[in-house]
Amino acid sequence: MAERLQLDVITPERQLLSEAVDFVAVPGAGGELGILPGHTPLISQLRTGVLSYTQGTASRRMLVSGGFVEVNADRVSVLADLAEFPEEIDAVRARQERDQAEKTLNAFTGSPDEFAAASTQLERSTIRLLLTTDGSR
Amino acid sequence: MANLLDIRRRIKSVKNTQQITKAMKMVSAAKLKRAQDRVVAARPFATKMTEVLTELASHTSEDFHHPMLDARGDERYLLVLITADKGLAGAFNANLIKAAQSFIRDNAGKRVELYAVGRKGRDFFRRRDVTIAEENIGLTGKGRVDYAEALELARDITRRFTEDEGVDKVFLLYNEFRSVMSQRVVVEQILPVSRVEEKSADEVAADAGGKASFVEYIYEQPPAEIFSQLLPRLIETQVYRALLESVASEQGARMTAMDSASKNAGELIQTLTLNMNRIRQASITREIIEIVSGAKAAA
Repeated sequence: MAERLQLDVITPERQLLSEAVDFVAVPGAGGELGILPGHTPLISQLRTGVLSYTQGTASRRMLVSGGFVEVNADRVSVLADLAEFPEEIDAVRARQERDQAEKTLNAFTGSPDEFAAASTQLERSTIRLLLTTDGSR
Repeated sequence: MANLLDIRRRIKSVKNTQQITKAMKMVSAAKLKRAQDRVVAARPFATKMTEVLTELASHTSEDFHHPMLDARGDERYLLVLITADKGLAGAFNANLIKAAQSFIRDNAGKRVELYAVGRKGRDFFRRRDVTIAEENIGLTGKGRVDYAEALELARDITRRFTEDEGVDKVFLLYNEFRSVMSQRVVVEQILPVSRVEEKSADEVAADAGGKASFVEYIYEQPPAEIFSQLLPRLIETQVYRALLESVASEQGARMTAMDSASKNAGELIQTLTLNMNRIRQASITREIIEIVSGAKAAA
């Protein structure tokens, strides 16, 4: 059995990450999922949240939103609708987006689809802000 | 014989044209590179997606139903035709339009409606007896397509299929990128998602089961639920891929077309220059003869 996990983070537009890691935590739809080498095969949906992984003593975090994760034979494939590294996030823009989404949701008049879109926007920008403000940890 | 001045003017105008075609070729080459990179970047997701879907399909029962999966009648087709917004790309648009026409002819008994993506396809069929259900212009014109844009298009197509009971099948018609020089016109049925794919998936699963490596997944959510979540995404990636392929093909076709146009212009300039020199020499010779014979007469 491999000592490490092969982690791939893929979005429809690009492959963000393909590395050997020691530990991965993904935001599953049913709650946070911690994955260590030797994990049993698993498929789960994802929600908007923080994916974190550890390589030796270093640990990194990134934003993932939507999609699903597949774990099989020490390979973790994250197929997300959207994924971003903290350094790619523009904090000022994220704050604007969050405020905008909050405003839309506070006085909401529109279709359920628009509501869902605004909620996703709010979730994403909230996580973005979370990652930029204490991304150093 | 043509007049010297006329030929000079011709050469100048051909040179101008050549400069334009050369510039267009260069622009296309740059755009092509980017478009190709995007096609490559989008591949891992699509591959993994299909893998997981086939895996899931083998775990969902035959009586699992989903609006995007269930075949209905065979009466009304929606043909999504992805052409370019601009011309000057060789036979790029012509091939697509020809394929669309033969598709309509082959399905003469059905009602085929057109979903025109790209100006060229729309303009052609607008003047003909074809119902254009919807048009989407300006998507491929920028030489790049964002996933968000493809998403919108895919959702619109899916909505037409699931909400409007009238549409029975949805087809994608686009140019697939083979190489810079060649494109291939493909017609794909995207909706309803074919069950045939699942059949082969079962076989794949059976094959895997034959070997000792058969894996039993834990499903955090019921397979059927994940499956129905994934189906729209499958359409989205298919549409996105088709758009990317189309954009890359368009730039490739334009680059090749402009390259041969530049070459032709070069040849034309050569012939014209040769002609011009011949006329010039002839006139010089004539003048000399005139002078010589005039001098003789005077002597």
